[in-house]
Amino acid sequence: MKLVACVSNVPDTATRVKVGSNGKSIDPTGVTYIINPYDEYAVEEALKIKEKIGTGEVIVVSLGGDNNKETIRKALAMGADSGILLKDEQPRDSFGIAKALAEEIKNQGAQLVFMGKQSVDYDNSIVGQMTAELLDYNCVPICVKFEMNGEKIIAEREIEGGREIIETSLPCIITCQKGLNEPRYASLKGIMAAKKKTIEEKPAASFTPGTEVIKMQLPPGKQPGRIIGSDASAVPELVRLLKEEAKVI
Amino acid sequence: MSNKILVILEQREGKLKRSGFEAASTALGLAKDLNSSVEAVVVGDSISNINEISKYGIQKVTHLKNSDLANYSSSGYTDSIVNFTKNDFDIIILSNTALGKDLAPRLSVRLNAACIVDCIKLNVSGNEMTFTRPIYAGKALVDVKLLSDKKVITLRPNVFKAQIVEGTFPAEIVVKEIADVNLKSRVTSFIKSEGKLDVAEADIIVSGGRGMKGPENFHLVEELAESLGAAVGASRAVVDAGWRPHNEQVGQTGKTVSPSLYVACGISGAIQHLAGMSSSKYIVAINKDKDAPIFNVADYGITGDLFEILPALTAEINKLKQS
Repeated sequence: MKLVACVSNVPDTATRVKVGSNGKSIDPTGVTYIINPYDEYAVEEALKIKEKIGTGEVIVVSLGGDNNKETIRKALAMGADSGILLKDEQPRDSFGIAKALAEEIKNQGAQLVFMGKQSVDYDNSIVGQMTAELLDYNCVPICVKFEMNGEKIIAEREIEGGREIIETSLPCIITCQKGLNEPRYASLKGIMAAKKKTIEEKPAASFTPGTEVIKMQLPPGKQPGRIIGSDASAVPELVRLLKEEAKVI
Repeated sequence: MSNKILVILEQREGKLKRSGFEAASTALGLAKDLNSSVEAVVVGDSISNINEISKYGIQKVTHLKNSDLANYSSSGYTDSIVNFTKNDFDIIILSNTALGKDLAPRLSVRLNAACIVDCIKLNVSGNEMTFTRPIYAGKALVDVKLLSDKKVITLRPNVFKAQIVEGTFPAEIVVKEIADVNLKSRVTSFIKSEGKLDVAEADIIVSGGRGMKGPENFHLVEELAESLGAAVGASRAVVDAGWRPHNEQVGQTGKTVSPSLYVACGISGAIQHLAGMSSSKYIVAINKDKDAPIFNVADYGITGDLFEILPALTAEINKLKQS
């Protein structure tokens, strides 16, 4: 069975975002790029499924430029078998990403695909569902528990106030949320082995964009407020302010 | 292009959700700007309070009905709505709830419509529309243009106002029975979280961080939350340490929240956490380190021992509620 895990690279979550000179995207100066944190759950889940079935192949797919190779290597070091880089140096909107991924998933004939529930840069959380619709696959977004029995899938997904139990079947795309598993660390052996694994490069499928960013800006800064006191004696004043000034209680 | 707008309402357990009313009010505002009209649609089995939509000024709502659609089914709901809309609507508006977030991209692909999610502002000038949404968990904002005539838009819950319109007539309710429901993918049951309220939906959040010193002390946070009718949140550090469940995590790899009041207890304020909560209307920080970055975004701060302050605060709130 072919399993696909999709990974993207994103600015480290510790990044202080600055607007680039084009006024439309982040200033990349000094930004460290990492594997999208939610994609680590995707790679881990694919590896777990392969181990459980006892056979199969985990293919890591990433869309972007040469920088993404390092991210693919990270997934290979965790234990994935091979990588595919869908090349496009230009940033794409969610639909453009979905189009490229769908095309490659079809090429691979993969029936089960994992990806992070969202990338922590654009936070859209829609690529999985779009990819699934393009392929006519099922899709469980924001998955926190995944079980497969033959073709049948029982998954749990996080929603407001709890979790939904979902019954579906292959072919399926799972978008992974924190809590699904504990991503493994790459071992030294894994890191060495990853260097020998192949990363195939091919042009990403073309698409017509649906969205265009016209401006990026930083949110209005918050002014630091008042320190009311340094012990419990400040509590009545705090409560008074919340009630009378802020009017939130 | 007529710019005809369709609002997708959401029901859970047979009741319309408030977030749908926010979408309805926003749609009506947009229709006014664009000189177009609005209809609503809702998918489900029986819906007890469907008439309530009238109060918000919607004049026609179509109920796509089948007992198999009582619970959410991505395939069943998508197919039903796609078959219903055909080419009759140009703009589809939903709330960015778990359901809206799941449905919007599917509708976008199926209807060849451009999609923008989690909007916090719609900007209309003439016939031109742009949409403002946060990125990097709120560290930045982008204005986005949609490049196709057809558009699917989701709105961040609790940002847009649900406005009751005076003197409206009862809405026309059209019930359409759906014959064959596509149940390729369906929800079979729902497990409620242990916490009473979800941080994503709460109007007040009390969050605890490493300063709580251990999971055994979180009852102090829970008690304060209880007194305020608030949800319990947590920093990434305490979730990663296993003190609290991950669905309580606020921040860049957790939930982005904007309640009217956010009380941060023993949270120093890592940049990832600040990104997820600094759009809260009012922020209270309780931390003994006066240099903690959380005080840079807090409206009110107490620099002191939270083991002394939290019980006092809970008692004071309870006293206020009783008076």
